[in-house]
Amino acid sequence: MSEEQHATLVAEQFDDQVQQYQAASLGMWVFLTTEVLFFGGLFASYTIYRYLHYPGFEIGSHHLEVLWGATNTAVLICSSLTMALAVRAAQLGKIKDLIGLLVVTLIFGLIFLFIKFAMEWRHEYLHGLAPGVNFTYAGPHAHQVEMFMIFYFVLTGLHALHMIVGCGIMTTLIILAARGAFSKGHYNAVEIAGLYWHFVDIVWIFLFPLLYLIGGRY
Amino acid sequence: MGTVTTTTLQQPQAEEYRVHYLNAAYGIKSWLLTTDHKRIAWLYLMSTTFFFIVGGVAAAMMRLNLISPQGAIVEPATYNKLFTIHGTIMIFFFLAPVVPTVLGNFLIPMMIGARDVAFPKLNLLSWYIFITAGMFLLYSVIAGGVDTGWTFYTPLSTSYVDTHVVSAAMAVFISGFSSILTGLNFVVTIHKMRCPGLTWFRLPLFIWSLYAASLIFILAMPVIAITMVLVVLERLFHVGIFDPALGGDPILFQHLFWFFGHPEVYVLVLPAMGVISELIAAFSRRRVFGYGFVAFSSFGIALLGFLVWGHHMFVSGQSVYAGIFFSAMTMAVAIPSAIKVFSWTATLYKGSVSYEAPMLYALGFIGLFTIGGLTGVFLASLGLDVFLHDTYFVIAHFHFIMVGGAIMGYMGGLHYWWPKMTGKLYPDYWARLAACIIFIGFVLTFGPQFILGFEGMPRRYAMYPPNFQFLNIMSSAGASILAVGYIMPLFYLIWSLKYGADAGPNPWGVKGLEWETASPPPVHNFDKTPVVTEEAYAYGAHPAPVTTAAS
Amino acid sequence: MSELVSHVERKKVYVLVWVILLCFTALTTGVAYIDLGAFNTVVALAIAVCKASIVVLFFMHLRHSEKLIRVVVGVAIFWLCILIVISLSDFATRNRIHNPSWPQNQPMTVHHLDMSPGTTTAQ
Repeated sequence: MSEEQHATLVAEQFDDQVQQYQAASLGMWVFLTTEVLFFGGLFASYTIYRYLHYPGFEIGSHHLEVLWGATNTAVLICSSLTMALAVRAAQLGKIKDLIGLLVVTLIFGLIFLFIKFAMEWRHEYLHGLAPGVNFTYAGPHAHQVEMFMIFYFVLTGLHALHMIVGCGIMTTLIILAARGAFSKGHYNAVEIAGLYWHFVDIVWIFLFPLLYLIGGRY
Repeated sequence: MGTVTTTTLQQPQAEEYRVHYLNAAYGIKSWLLTTDHKRIAWLYLMSTTFFFIVGGVAAAMMRLNLISPQGAIVEPATYNKLFTIHGTIMIFFFLAPVVPTVLGNFLIPMMIGARDVAFPKLNLLSWYIFITAGMFLLYSVIAGGVDTGWTFYTPLSTSYVDTHVVSAAMAVFISGFSSILTGLNFVVTIHKMRCPGLTWFRLPLFIWSLYAASLIFILAMPVIAITMVLVVLERLFHVGIFDPALGGDPILFQHLFWFFGHPEVYVLVLPAMGVISELIAAFSRRRVFGYGFVAFSSFGIALLGFLVWGHHMFVSGQSVYAGIFFSAMTMAVAIPSAIKVFSWTATLYKGSVSYEAPMLYALGFIGLFTIGGLTGVFLASLGLDVFLHDTYFVIAHFHFIMVGGAIMGYMGGLHYWWPKMTGKLYPDYWARLAACIIFIGFVLTFGPQFILGFEGMPRRYAMYPPNFQFLNIMSSAGASILAVGYIMPLFYLIWSLKYGADAGPNPWGVKGLEWETASPPPVHNFDKTPVVTEEAYAYGAHPAPVTTAAS
Repeated sequence: MSELVSHVERKKVYVLVWVILLCFTALTTGVAYIDLGAFNTVVALAIAVCKASIVVLFFMHLRHSEKLIRVVVGVAIFWLCILIVISLSDFATRNRIHNPSWPQNQPMTVHHLDMSPGTTTAQ
C-alpha cells in the first residue's frame, strides 16, 4: 500500500488514484455496453417489425407530434452540455459551478420527463393510442399501428426509466457535492455519472428519428 | 523476605494463532455485510448448493416418473412444471453462477496478486441480487410452479398458460443482473489489478476462461433481460408483442432468447474448462501444451458462440438460408473446443501424472466433454437435426457437456482448491470413490438417452411408448447412483472442516500465486504484493509427481 | 495532493459541439418534411449516427480515453450489429423459394390426437 495514499480518497483494494480512476471509468463503459445490448434487443425487435409492417408503422409514427419530440431532443442536448461542463468544473475543483451545473442538468431532465409523460403520453392515452389500456384506433393497418404504439411506449418508457434513474443520480451528486465530497483529483463519481447521462442522451438521439420521423412528414 | 517464584507452564505451541479471512471476524453480520471476495465466495457456495439440491430433487422426481411408460408418480401437467423448474434452477441458479462466483470470486484476486476485486461492494450486491432472484423463483415454485420449459417460448408463455410465468421471468431477469455485475467486476479486475510482472500471457488459463465467460455475461445477459421484460409486459398488459394477430412473430422471441441462450451455455462450460486447464497442469506437473492456443480458444468460443444461436431453431420456420449460416458457424465453434481437448491430452503426454480426486474429475471431463461435443456436431447438421431436434438425443448431448463437463469441472476445482479455501485436507480415498461413482452413475444415466433420442423418444414428455421402457429404467437407475456420488462430498468435505489434517500453503506442491500464500489466506491475500517473474505453470524439465499428506 | 488523471476539455469545444448537435437536430427535423423516398430513413439515421459520434467523442471524452475504452465501444457497437443484422436476415430471406410440395405450402389439415390416459401415442 502506498504511504502517499489518502485513506479516504483511495479505496483499499486499489494501489493509487490512477488505478482507481481507470477502474471506475472502465467499469462504467462496460456497464454502458450492457445497456447497449439491453436496448439493443428492443431496437432489433423494432427494426424487424418495422421491416415487416412498414405501412402500419408509418401511420403510427404520424400520430406522434414531431414538435414535442424535437423539443425533447433539444432539451436533452442542452442537458448533455451542462453535464459535460459539470464534469469539467469538478476536474478543476470549482465546486460551486459543479453544483450549479448539476442542478441545471437535473432541471433539463425533469423538463424532458414532464414533456414525455404529461404532454405526450397523456395525449396518446386520451386519443386511444395506448395499447393494453386504451387503444381504439380503427383505421387501416390497425393491428400494425397497435404494434408500433406498443414499441413506442416500451422504448420511450424504458428510456424514461433510465432518465428517472439519471435524475436520481444527479440529485445524489448534488447532495454529495454540497457536502464537499468532491475536489480536484477526486471526482470519479461525477465523471462516470456523466458517462451514464450522455448514454441516455444517445439512446434518445436514435429514438427520435426512428419513432417520430418514419416516412417523412411531407 | 522470600522470593515468589512462579512457574509458567510451557503451553505446547502446536500452531501460532494466525489471523486469516475466516477467523478475522465472527458473527452473522461479518458474513452478510462482508466485502471480502473470499467470504462472498462462501456465500455463493452455500446458496448455489441449496439451489443444486432443489434442482436435483426435481430431476429425481422426473427420473422416477419415467420408470413407467404411463408416468409413475406425477400427472403430465406436474411433469411440465418439474422439467421447467429443473432447467431454470440448474442453468440460472447453479451452473451459470457456480464456477465464476464460487471459484472465480475466491481465486481471481489471488491468482493475479491483488487484495480484492475492483468493486468489492458491487460484489456483495451481486450476491444479494442473486438471492432476490432466488426468492422470486422459489415463490414461483411454491405458488404452484411454471410449466413453459426454461425457454419460455411464446405464445405459450404469453398467451396460453396460467402458471406463474411473470414471477419466474422476473427471477431470470433479476439473476441476469447479478451475473452482469459479476462479469463487469471480473473484467475490470483482470484488466486493472494484476500485480507487477503479471503480463497477459503469464496469467493462469483459469483467468483467461473466466474473462471470456465474463465477456459473455456482459454481452448476452442484457438480451435475456429485455426479452423477459417483453414477456412480462405482454402477460401483464395484454399487449401482443409476440402475437401473430398483431403482426407479432413468435420466432422473434426465439431469436432474442437464443441470442442469449446459446452464449449462455458457453458461459456454463468455459469456466469449468479453465478449471480443467489448471488441474491437468497441476497433476501432470507440466505447463499446458499450447498455452497460447488454449488462451485464445476461450475467446474463439466466446465470439463464435454468438454466431450460432439459430441452431436451436432449425425446425422453427426460420429462413433456410439463416439455417445454413448457423449450421456452418456451429461446425466452426467445435474447433476451439477441440483445440482445448487436444492441448490437454498433449499436456498429459510424458507428464508425471497422478490420480488424486481433482485429476479424476479432470480426466472424466475430457472424455465426457468430448462425447458431448461430438454429438453437438451431429446436431449442427441441418439434415440430422430435423430428426433429432426435441428428442432425448439433445438432452443427452447437453447433459454430457453440462454435467459430464461443467459440473465435473466444478467438483474437480472444488476439491483442488478446498485445502486453500479451508486450510483442511479431505480424505482423498473417499473423494476418489465419489468421483468414480459420479462417473459411472453419469454414464448410466445419460448414455442410454442418446439411444432413446435416436430411436425417437421426445423430450419434455411425461409418458412414452412401452418399447422405450428398458432404457428409461436404466437411465433412472443411473440417476440414483449419480445422486449417491453427489451426496458423498457433502459428508467428507464437511467432515474435513473439523477433522481434516492441516493443509499448509501448498499441499499439492504446485505452481500458482494462490499457492504461495497461507491456507486459509490472510484477509488481504498476501502479506506483500507479489512480483511475477516466470511463466504460468513453470514446472522444470523433470518435476516430481504430486505428493500430498492426505491418504 | 492533486492528481489530474483525465484530460480537461476547453469550454469552447463543448459549446461548439452543443451548437452542432442542435443544428443536426434542426436538420433532421427539417429533412423529414422533404420527400426523399427511402432516403428519408437513411439520412435520418446518418444524422443520428453523427450526433451520437460527437457525443461519444467529445462529451464522453472518448477522444482522450485509453485504447481499451475504444475497444469496449467498438465491441458494443459490433455486437449490437450482430444481433440486428443476423436476426433481420432471417426475416428478410424467408419464403424466397416456393416449392408447392413442401409441407408448409400444402393446405393445412388438423389432426386430433386422443391423449386421454390409457391410450398409446401410436395412432
